[in-house]
Amino acid sequence: MTTVEERPPTRAGAPAPATPAPAPRRRRAFTTRRGLVVAAFMLPAAIFVGVFIYYPMLAGSQMAFRHWNLSNLTDTSWIGLQNFATIFADPAFGVILGNSVLWVVASIVPQLVIGFALALWLRRKFRFRGLYQALIFFPWAISGFLIGILFRWMFNGEFGVVNDLLMKTGVIDQGIPWLAQPDTAMFAVIIANIWYGVTFFAIMILAALQSVPDELFEAAALDGAGKVRTLFKITIPYISTTLALTVLLRVIWIFNFPDIIWAMTGGGPANQTHIITTWMITFTQKGDYGVASALGLIVVGLLLVFSAFYLMALRGKKEVSS
Amino acid sequence: MIVTETTPARIARIGFLGLWLVITIFPLYWIIVTSFKAPGDIFSYPLQYWPAEFSFENYVQLFEKADFGTYVVNSLVVSTAAATVATLISLLSAYVLARFEFRSKSAILMAFLVTQMIPTFIALGPLYLLMVELGLVDDRFGLILVYVAVCIPFCTIMLRGFFANIPDALEEAAMIDGCSRLGALFRVIVPVMKPGIVAAFIFNFVNCWNELFLSVTLMNKDENKTIPTALNGFITSFNIDWGSMSAAAVLTILPTMLLFAFASRYIVQGLTAGAVKG
Repeated sequence: MTTVEERPPTRAGAPAPATPAPAPRRRRAFTTRRGLVVAAFMLPAAIFVGVFIYYPMLAGSQMAFRHWNLSNLTDTSWIGLQNFATIFADPAFGVILGNSVLWVVASIVPQLVIGFALALWLRRKFRFRGLYQALIFFPWAISGFLIGILFRWMFNGEFGVVNDLLMKTGVIDQGIPWLAQPDTAMFAVIIANIWYGVTFFAIMILAALQSVPDELFEAAALDGAGKVRTLFKITIPYISTTLALTVLLRVIWIFNFPDIIWAMTGGGPANQTHIITTWMITFTQKGDYGVASALGLIVVGLLLVFSAFYLMALRGKKEVSS
Repeated sequence: MIVTETTPARIARIGFLGLWLVITIFPLYWIIVTSFKAPGDIFSYPLQYWPAEFSFENYVQLFEKADFGTYVVNSLVVSTAAATVATLISLLSAYVLARFEFRSKSAILMAFLVTQMIPTFIALGPLYLLMVELGLVDDRFGLILVYVAVCIPFCTIMLRGFFANIPDALEEAAMIDGCSRLGALFRVIVPVMKPGIVAAFIFNFVNCWNELFLSVTLMNKDENKTIPTALNGFITSFNIDWGSMSAAAVLTILPTMLLFAFASRYIVQGLTAGAVKG
């Protein structure tokens, strides 16, 4: 696994051999030692990740093609694509797939916009900026599951503070049973997710913004470009790669993020807030690992296709612009 | 940089930043307020934005009825052990990945990145079966092993970013002075990199402290549950006792918040170094 490249060690300060004859031996001894160091230092990490992540992941992948239910472990025969057929035949699947896409898109767009605005405004130095950043960073210290609990309590139909505030400000006359009806439940879980994810975008975009040289802004100001023009013609193009990769990472991550929904609605009412990963957990809990694994593979497949298209589009755009 | 700011722009900026701060803080405020209300007051109308009467009843209930102390101890033991071991192991792998060139390097980095993208749920079933075979179901040691594995990939990527900021002349000098490589790493680099290592440890600790689905799968007996697993039990039961739940949420959130407040600067640095440059 950890073979060391047969390249002269440039960094370690081995003197370049003056005569070619004795050099190979010396170099080789040196590289072998370096190889041993690499292997020894990498080994613990490789063992842990291999045994407890990659092995179960690969084993899970093949379970997708077997009958594999904890209730009947005597029969674990290969059944081909039957688990997939079960999934596609379920009328819930279409709804859940739609929910998953809605969950990702409706969460990520506001996160990006709000995060971008925060980053732009946080770029300017002001008193207490450090404190401010620490404070808006705090959702990250909380697990998605607890965030779900927090928002489940706030969106409570009878004693929820959301209803109370909306009624006090006259937006609604009557409390809404947010989590009991499909449309509002989906809305509520997405709001919770937006709240949680904005910080991540703010951090990444702020870091990227700090790499934009000030001269660019000064030049734009000299040319008389307004704020909006500067934003769209200079700032966004300059950090577009970071933006694009952050969005890609977040799409993958949010697609795989069931915690908030799990705590707020458990997928209900009547499956209407399930996304693929929460649905998958219900199968895991029933012990039906075959179907759960098949769903997992569907997720991986969807994300691979999406990533491929996204990266292709990104590359195409770059070639055009350069 | 930008020299002038017009008054409307200033108002817009301060207004926006202020509004977002309120939105960010409010849920926390609300859960804390709820946790200190007397049980009857939680379901009183109109809602109390400040407890009419400060009560510790919810916290008392939590420890008397729900045996919350056991869950706290379990979470503490598992998170501390896993975060420590994972940070140590990641320190070694990050060092190698930052300082050496070798053929499988990019493959290893890719393998670590992939673990962050593929749903871990696909591994839940086989992991459970594996732990059954190892006799480690309902065993804190087993959960620690799994958490170490889960922490390693991101922790390695993060620490690698920190290594990039430290000149390698430092450990070379130590090695010329007669240190072994391991000696140079622990005697010279670790002290310099302390903030990064502390941040990585805290990040790992908080992740383990907050983890739900692996622990739900592997810990079945009540006396083995970690806090999130126990809370998951509270929530699936038909009626949620919101008083105890709020108290539990506060007790779960506060330690991690304090830790994050302490390390957030370095964690941000690690996040961005690992991701933007990677």
